[in-house]
Amino acid sequence: MTTTLAPPVGKKTFSPINLLIEGRAFLALILIIVVFSSLSPNYLTAGNLLIMASHVAIYAILGMGMLLVILNGGIDLSVGSTLGFTGIIAGFLLRGVEISFLGITFVPSVPVVVLLSCGMGAAVGFLNGVLIARFKVAPFVATLGMLYAVRGIALLLTNGLTVNDLSGDPALGNTGFDWLGFNRILNVPIGVIFMILIAGALGLLLGRARFGRWLYASGGNERAAELSGVPVVKVKIWVYVVSGTCAGIAGLVLSSTLTSASPTAGNTYELTAIAAVVIGGAALSGGRGNVRGTLLGAFVIGFLSDGLVIVGVSAYWQMVFTGVVIVGAVLLNGLQYGRRPKKSPTQTGGGGQTAPADKRGNDPVPNSDHQPAQTGTSSR
Amino acid sequence: MTGSFDAVVLEARNIVKNYGGVEALKGVNFEIRQGTVTTLFGENGAGKSTLMKILSGVEKPTSGQIVLDGEPVEFGSTTEATARGISIIHQELSLAPNLSVRDNIFMGRELHGAFGVDFATEAKAARELLIGLQLDIDPATLVSNLRVGQQQIVEIARALSVNSRILIMDEPTSALAATEVEVLFGIIRDLTARGVAIVYISHHLEEALEIADHAVVLRDGSVTARGERSEIDLEWIVRHMVGDHFDLGTPPAGYDFGELVLQVSKLRVIDAMNHERAVVDGLDLEVRAGEIVCIYGLMGAGRTELLEAIAGKGVVESGEIRLSGESLKGHTIAERIEMGVGLVPEDRQRDGLVQTFDVGKNLTLSSLGGVIANGLLSRKAEHNLSVDLIRRVTVKTPGPGVNIGALSGGNQQKVVIGKVVGTKPRLMLLDEPSRGIDVGAKGEVFRLLTERAREGVAVVYSTSEVAECLSIAHRIIVMRKGRISAEFGSDATKATIMAASGEAVAA
Repeated sequence: MTTTLAPPVGKKTFSPINLLIEGRAFLALILIIVVFSSLSPNYLTAGNLLIMASHVAIYAILGMGMLLVILNGGIDLSVGSTLGFTGIIAGFLLRGVEISFLGITFVPSVPVVVLLSCGMGAAVGFLNGVLIARFKVAPFVATLGMLYAVRGIALLLTNGLTVNDLSGDPALGNTGFDWLGFNRILNVPIGVIFMILIAGALGLLLGRARFGRWLYASGGNERAAELSGVPVVKVKIWVYVVSGTCAGIAGLVLSSTLTSASPTAGNTYELTAIAAVVIGGAALSGGRGNVRGTLLGAFVIGFLSDGLVIVGVSAYWQMVFTGVVIVGAVLLNGLQYGRRPKKSPTQTGGGGQTAPADKRGNDPVPNSDHQPAQTGTSSR
Repeated sequence: MTGSFDAVVLEARNIVKNYGGVEALKGVNFEIRQGTVTTLFGENGAGKSTLMKILSGVEKPTSGQIVLDGEPVEFGSTTEATARGISIIHQELSLAPNLSVRDNIFMGRELHGAFGVDFATEAKAARELLIGLQLDIDPATLVSNLRVGQQQIVEIARALSVNSRILIMDEPTSALAATEVEVLFGIIRDLTARGVAIVYISHHLEEALEIADHAVVLRDGSVTARGERSEIDLEWIVRHMVGDHFDLGTPPAGYDFGELVLQVSKLRVIDAMNHERAVVDGLDLEVRAGEIVCIYGLMGAGRTELLEAIAGKGVVESGEIRLSGESLKGHTIAERIEMGVGLVPEDRQRDGLVQTFDVGKNLTLSSLGGVIANGLLSRKAEHNLSVDLIRRVTVKTPGPGVNIGALSGGNQQKVVIGKVVGTKPRLMLLDEPSRGIDVGAKGEVFRLLTERAREGVAVVYSTSEVAECLSIAHRIIVMRKGRISAEFGSDATKATIMAASGEAVAA
């Protein structure tokens, strides 16, 4: 799964089994499409694909932010709440904020609303990051706390009610918020375009920028990364800021699509995002995973649940299927990462101290022979 | 007691153990006799610990046989070995610091009464064991509140509590004070008198000689010598441990040292766990460009803490560190690397390598700034840099794209060194650079260091092997309890160095 950052050397080994494991999310997606299009003629139509893609976009945007956090070896449980919270913030700003002691009402234009709302998402993320990186609170605990606190604030702001009039008021000159949710460029929904842009940006960041390398290094071995000069604290704070920002963007897209913002929007979406990352082949221990995998993971989840709706399977069964897919993906992950240490020593004929050598004798998969058996042994 | 004393109770026949491509043991035959102490000598990486792990069921041999009381056995786990009367005291403490002394001693073998675990009986038994070891502490004390030496005694108590017939002690005294060692030896003699067979491993050669009945010497995975106590002496051990053709090089000569690169004055570093204790205590050190300095000392002498403090890790309480005259105070690890300080950490796996990265990415991790073009990492520049570093530090790998775990220990160490070389350091700090690598690779690592010194890099390395001090170093510094206890030129001898470290009774 490290193809995006592999150096230009043709030394990687390819075998059908590896290809099957690495491409499992892709194969699962194809399987889903084949099965549902045979069950329903409406499934594989351009119109339906675009609708499903805009559902997927929400999961994918959350998932890509989550990917960065998971690469760092952390977890961000607060993204679902942050999504709901930013929607509420956008709704409030669109209604206009009365600043009583000045006697005026502040009505920001739509672009300002968008920026401020994303900024709120980033702020939540920053708080997570500081708690985790500076005050050494466990990521699970810090973001679990944030999950409750942020959701609570969203409910407090609206008294638990949904903010409805997100279309703005022509008189105030702040119409057009629903453009995010409804409009299309070249017939592609704006949410999907956002997803593609974010995927491109984060793909570049992870694969080609120094920050990405720092992130993979600190996720792989934080102590070694720190001693190698990687600013591990900064990296850690930034991944939560990116995750919060992604949640903010997802919140805007969702509330714009619905032209309403519910304080309970995005409930349990953090789990969907984690599922997308895991199905996409990332290791929860950090250091392994990429944007392409997470996108595929989001498509698998989205296309599966929409497909089940289309063929009329009950929502309860949807949950069961999603659960099976997640566990299946993690099992395959174990297969992939569990094999690696065993496989690699013989790829080069060298030896790693980390290799669980005791199992080598009865390894059912004969280790391949692509590499000359010269390394390691010759240093003696 | 059945059978006569000196009967072989446990025998290893032709044991081979491979870790990946590294042969840690190459067909070892080893016998343990009832009622005697067999000492096992060997350098780091000679295979002593591996052999003991196999005998105690921690690991399985790649091939070969273990024979217990004349019948071949196979241990699936330590529990199985313990059930057959074999227990081991590990080199690394294997206690749970969050549990009490009592719970640690009975861990996994809790005594059950009518209402669950019978804590009272456990505590009583633990107390008796500890008093036997002359450690009078409350069994309810948390292990984390004990000194390391006390923890080691608890570890010993745990091994004794199962009434083993065969007891393996891997460096049991590394954290003990001299009086505690005497107590331990008293207990060992007691146990052997009762017929227990003991395997004793120690770096303290004189100490181990004192307790030995038989000695076996391992070198590079093979047994090189065995003898009875009456036939052996220190010289015999060292000769067989080190081998006849053991050459780690000589100090590079033919040039003058350059400017003062490292200046450490009155440095005091505090233990991160226990702020009361200074691990480096008012230490002064100066190193010039092109000079190689070896820091020798036992475990806990403060070598690691000194090197880490220079690199920017650890709590410096007072004192000053200057690099080419510039104070390093307030500079982060990253800034110090930029300024020219490079550290090769002691624990390669924990602190040196990113296991999820390939060889190339590990090599370039500290010098990514140099391979950036238009704000992005240039794949070509990075590839060229890693290929260049692989060549300069002679890493044996088919290419930079190979997984780091696929390399041997020696080549992994060269990758860590290469990562530091890539930052163009003025000062290279290497903490036990020879740890866990085989003799051939040691020679190559030391040759790399002399090359860097010739290029004008100031080199400081630490070691716990005297032979490694007496190789490429221009100057040898002996550390003991956070201070410099002696300083020698390259003409020092083993005996003087060991005496200064507190290891040996002066020869």
